Amino acid sequence: MLNAILSGDYPRSRVLTAVLLVILICLALGPFLFPSTRAFTTLGMICIFIVVVASYDVMLGYTHIVSFAHTMFFGIGAYAVAMVIASMGSSFGAIGLGVLAAVLAATALALLLGLLSLRVKAIFFALVTLAVAFAFMTLVNQLYTVTGGEDGLRVRVPREIGPAFRLIENDLYGFSITTFLGGLFTQPWNLGEVIRESVYSVRVTGRVVMYYVCFFFGLTMFLLMLRMMNSPFGRVLQAIRENEFRAEALGYKTVYYRTATVVLAAVLTALAGVLFALFNRYVNPENTLDFELMVFILLMCVIGGMGTMYGAVVGAALFLLAENYLQDLLAVLGGYVEGVPLVSGLVGPERWLLWFGVLFVLSVYFFPKGIVGQLRLWADERRRRAAGGDEDQSDRLQQGATQPAEQPKG
Amino acid sequence: MSAQDDILDQETPQGFRQRFADFRENRPHLFLLAVMVLVPLFFMNPVTWLSLTISGLAMGLMLFIMASGMTLTFGLMGVLNLGHGAFISLGAFAGATVVVFWMGGHAGSGTLGMTLIALLAAFIFAMAVAGSLGLLFERFVIRPVYGDHLKQILVTVGGAIIIMEMIHVIWGPNEIPVPRPDLLRGAMILDDTVPLIGGVAVETYRLAAVLLGLAVYAAMVWVIERTKAGILIRAGVENTEMVEVLGYRIKLLFLGVFVAGSALAGLGGAMWSMYQEIITAHMGETLMISVIVVIILGGLGSIKGCFYGAILVGLINLYIGYLAPTFAAIATVGLMVGILMWRPQGLIPVIKV
Repeated sequence: MLNAILSGDYPRSRVLTAVLLVILICLALGPFLFPSTRAFTTLGMICIFIVVVASYDVMLGYTHIVSFAHTMFFGIGAYAVAMVIASMGSSFGAIGLGVLAAVLAATALALLLGLLSLRVKAIFFALVTLAVAFAFMTLVNQLYTVTGGEDGLRVRVPREIGPAFRLIENDLYGFSITTFLGGLFTQPWNLGEVIRESVYSVRVTGRVVMYYVCFFFGLTMFLLMLRMMNSPFGRVLQAIRENEFRAEALGYKTVYYRTATVVLAAVLTALAGVLFALFNRYVNPENTLDFELMVFILLMCVIGGMGTMYGAVVGAALFLLAENYLQDLLAVLGGYVEGVPLVSGLVGPERWLLWFGVLFVLSVYFFPKGIVGQLRLWADERRRRAAGGDEDQSDRLQQGATQPAEQPKG
Repeated sequence: MSAQDDILDQETPQGFRQRFADFRENRPHLFLLAVMVLVPLFFMNPVTWLSLTISGLAMGLMLFIMASGMTLTFGLMGVLNLGHGAFISLGAFAGATVVVFWMGGHAGSGTLGMTLIALLAAFIFAMAVAGSLGLLFERFVIRPVYGDHLKQILVTVGGAIIIMEMIHVIWGPNEIPVPRPDLLRGAMILDDTVPLIGGVAVETYRLAAVLLGLAVYAAMVWVIERTKAGILIRAGVENTEMVEVLGYRIKLLFLGVFVAGSALAGLGGAMWSMYQEIITAHMGETLMISVIVVIILGGLGSIKGCFYGAILVGLINLYIGYLAPTFAAIATVGLMVGILMWRPQGLIPVIKV
């Protein structure tokens, strides 16, 4: 059963399994574990960005295609649904049409980009997508009559997924993990009181419904991609990554596979964009198309671990938590060094990206497989030490078959 | 190579159409440049056209100065430095520091000598700052990942984030206005009596930028065509291993090219800061798009192609910006897509890509 769900691609590390289980539980019970709206939004974004980052990983990690147009497809999804709702009024029919438009536009553009990449070298693809994505963003900014320009569009979602709707009349009960943990550390002698304080009531509004739509979308799409990457199709992609020439010589039309990958990633991201528009209820170029967002996706993918799928989950969760909460931490740190001229500039709350940039560069050098790859490496070493002798060899062989080799691709 | 073979294989072209086709296929850069310059003449009057053309040249030459370093680093070592934009920003901020804060009096004095001193100081400081950072960047960020395109892209993007954040730390998050020196403000107006183009107004700064840009191009061509270092660079672009086999330290050569390229990016940034008269840390990111289009157009690794590509991008930006402002950014990318369809290797391809 579990084997079928995970497509035989287990986390292969106890620590990683634990981390993934924690993330899964937090996301699954999100609204019932964290009372604040900020946490609610962050969790919803994590669900959506898991799909965005995982589909980026399909290109970057599994096929070594570097694309800078991923946010463009994300934006196409978000803007498609926002624009259809703006012109047709909010109904589920409009959302359906928006989804259709998003998928069609993303497919068409991805095919076009794929066609360009067929004619030019792989390295060109990164540059061409960068330029095309930038042109797209400028176009969205300029055509403000339909896209709202820099002000963006407010998305009037149907009542059933808006805040006014009540799915269940009675309130449900939630258990605040943060209050509980905080109480546990400050007044452990008062456990009963702490537990009582941790319980809060949850109103099951349309927002919560929307959250669970995002959650199940994220979960299914993630498992679907995991399935695909462990299918013959995914194996071919990995073969292309390791040695394109050889894959071609074996009779695989690498050009088709690469184009299919780009289209697949584009469509999945566009769908995630649709959900983003419905969950966030506000779309503008900065939160869907900006180059900075593209770099963020790249960071999530690489820090989590390229070519591992689970890396997308870990990377997205870690990065979005950092984006929302690392600033608080830095603000606290900044309080200690206030007055010291240069240092106080370095640890201010708005400098969180600097530290993430440093972390990113260091992780490319020292942990090129990201968090997930590194955890698996440690788990392998431990297993090998425990087993010793002959099993060492077979273990390594098995690893060689499933893990990317570290050959630089010139 | 193939182009030369074609010339050898073909008989001397006969007749106008054949000669035209010959010209189009063998000198695509000149052909495109001619089309680009002549077609807009049908859509506007000659006075507007001339001032747009000169502005386009100014923009193109500044783009060339920024892009040349990037195309050479790619040609020589196959290093794709996506952090190049950060050096442009850095140069702009360094130049602005000199012009606005340190020598503001000199730049505003209005006398030729003082203005020149201030400008020269600003440009040299910008080049020094960007160049020395380029030295560190090559040594600590790029050298560990030679030969691995994917890691190069990742690492240089990360490095660019760090540089951009450091600009925020040092100069603060706000944009800084950079007034042009008094002498370079305003426009030169051609006398009305000149037929056809009488009354055309050309901004002084753009004219100065054109002159400086051409001077840099001439200097670069001289270095690459006439000096030993230039011969080694050309040989290295053609065949890196062979140069190494002959006993030259290609890494040192590459370091030199990288530092020079970064310094030129800094110079371009400083020139651009006075052209726009306002700078932000993200200006490099925006300019990177044009720079990328330029080096793809020209053919990765080719200086001459980079020059023509930059002028084409500058011209189309100004022409379309005048005719249909909404589509200026699209036109640049559209030009790139169109040329890639026609010539996937760029206008003047270098053999090794």
